[in-house]
Amino acid sequence: MFAYEQQQQSSCPVKAPVEHRFSPYTDNGGTTLAIAGDDFCVIAGDTRQSEGYSINTRYAPKVYQLSNGAVLATGGMYADGVTLVKMIEQRLEWYRHAHAKEMSCGALAQMLSTILYHKRMFPYYVWNTLGGLDEEGKGAVYSYDPVGNYEKHKWNCSGSAGHLVQPFLDNQIGFSHQREKPTLTMERVVQVTKDAFTSATERDIYTGDYLEMFLVTKEGIQKTLTDLKKD
Amino acid sequence: MDPTTRTQQPIVTGTSVLGIKYKDGVMLAADTLASYGSLARFRDVERLIKVGGTTIIGASGDISDFQYITHLLEKILIKESNTEDGHQLYARHIHEYLGRLMYGRRSKHNPLWNSIIVGGIKDGEGGKFLGFVDLQGTTYESSTIATGYGSYIAQPLLRKAVEGREDSLTEEEAIKVLDDCMRVLFYRDARSSNKIQRATVNASGVTITDPYDLETEWGFAESIRGYGATD
Repeated sequence: MFAYEQQQQSSCPVKAPVEHRFSPYTDNGGTTLAIAGDDFCVIAGDTRQSEGYSINTRYAPKVYQLSNGAVLATGGMYADGVTLVKMIEQRLEWYRHAHAKEMSCGALAQMLSTILYHKRMFPYYVWNTLGGLDEEGKGAVYSYDPVGNYEKHKWNCSGSAGHLVQPFLDNQIGFSHQREKPTLTMERVVQVTKDAFTSATERDIYTGDYLEMFLVTKEGIQKTLTDLKKD
Repeated sequence: MDPTTRTQQPIVTGTSVLGIKYKDGVMLAADTLASYGSLARFRDVERLIKVGGTTIIGASGDISDFQYITHLLEKILIKESNTEDGHQLYARHIHEYLGRLMYGRRSKHNPLWNSIIVGGIKDGEGGKFLGFVDLQGTTYESSTIATGYGSYIAQPLLRKAVEGREDSLTEEEAIKVLDDCMRVLFYRDARSSNKIQRATVNASGVTITDPYDLETEWGFAESIRGYGATD
């Protein structure tokens, strides 16, 4: 009989244990994206910074224009991203002093992997996407996991809405399951990027507020800011 | 050899700090209670301090860690003034320093257990600055900031009052919205007190009020039966 005795159910709020063990990591959300064209590259990210269900700020840029002309999009833990970019900028400066030239996009791609792997046992909790132009002036995109595993692509989307946007890009940029495979213009890529982010904002609570885009061409880098929904 | 000791949990703690930008500068508010768990241990602890001539900071979390941070800031301010190079530390420099300090300590798994709001004049060019730093090294800037319970209870009220009105909100309106938010926090946050302080930075410099009592109205409590049921 006692096996079926009902457990006392609490009708008032149950005292929940308070979490006080220190965690060095936090996830600040956000989505980043990069698309390579024949002679250009578009790198974008939203500017919302979140923690749990709270929005910390509507404008905390996580896409950085690096001093060698490449653009790095960071997602995950904001503080680790800031620190990683400081590290990279210092290494780019040392490279300039040692070799009297800018580091190439491909060299930076390998270096970023090495920097991340050197912290294999206490990783930077950051999902990186690196975009720029390679030595021939063609668009290049590299994506990374937090421990330095990386791959070169034509397009990539990562972060909190990465899983929503990536298949959309596969279809609209990679033309998978499509008969026509037209050449991508920058105008088209910019429009697809905006559509990707406005749609991601609808479904992902960690994406929104503003979209910051970097348009990389051999003429230089143009930065744009577009409104996203702020709810 | 003594074993190394680390902050595993906060002991004597301060609750929420609020910060907003307004027409002439920035304003911070915090109560003066330092709690020992649920015990209201010290009722007259000042958690808003002046840092140099153009910056104020307010801290929630562990009070002893905050006093250590205060000590570090006093040290670097003395060093900075001894150089007599015509430079001075503005709010954004203090914010950057605290960001690196907190991130460095979290990376050693020995955090300073605080959330800190930094307000003041941005830099030598002028401008307003309002920023946040916490124990994980997370940093951001925003026109309204709240720590702890304030981020759930006061932040929505602050955003409604301030967002888009950073350059038109008068000093009287700023005082009113902060007092109102501190009052709401006193009603709902069991670790708060109605004895508060406000700190202001504007063209006439830094002002920190003496602690003063918020007027509260408890008449409605007479009619409450049980857990707020109306019948």
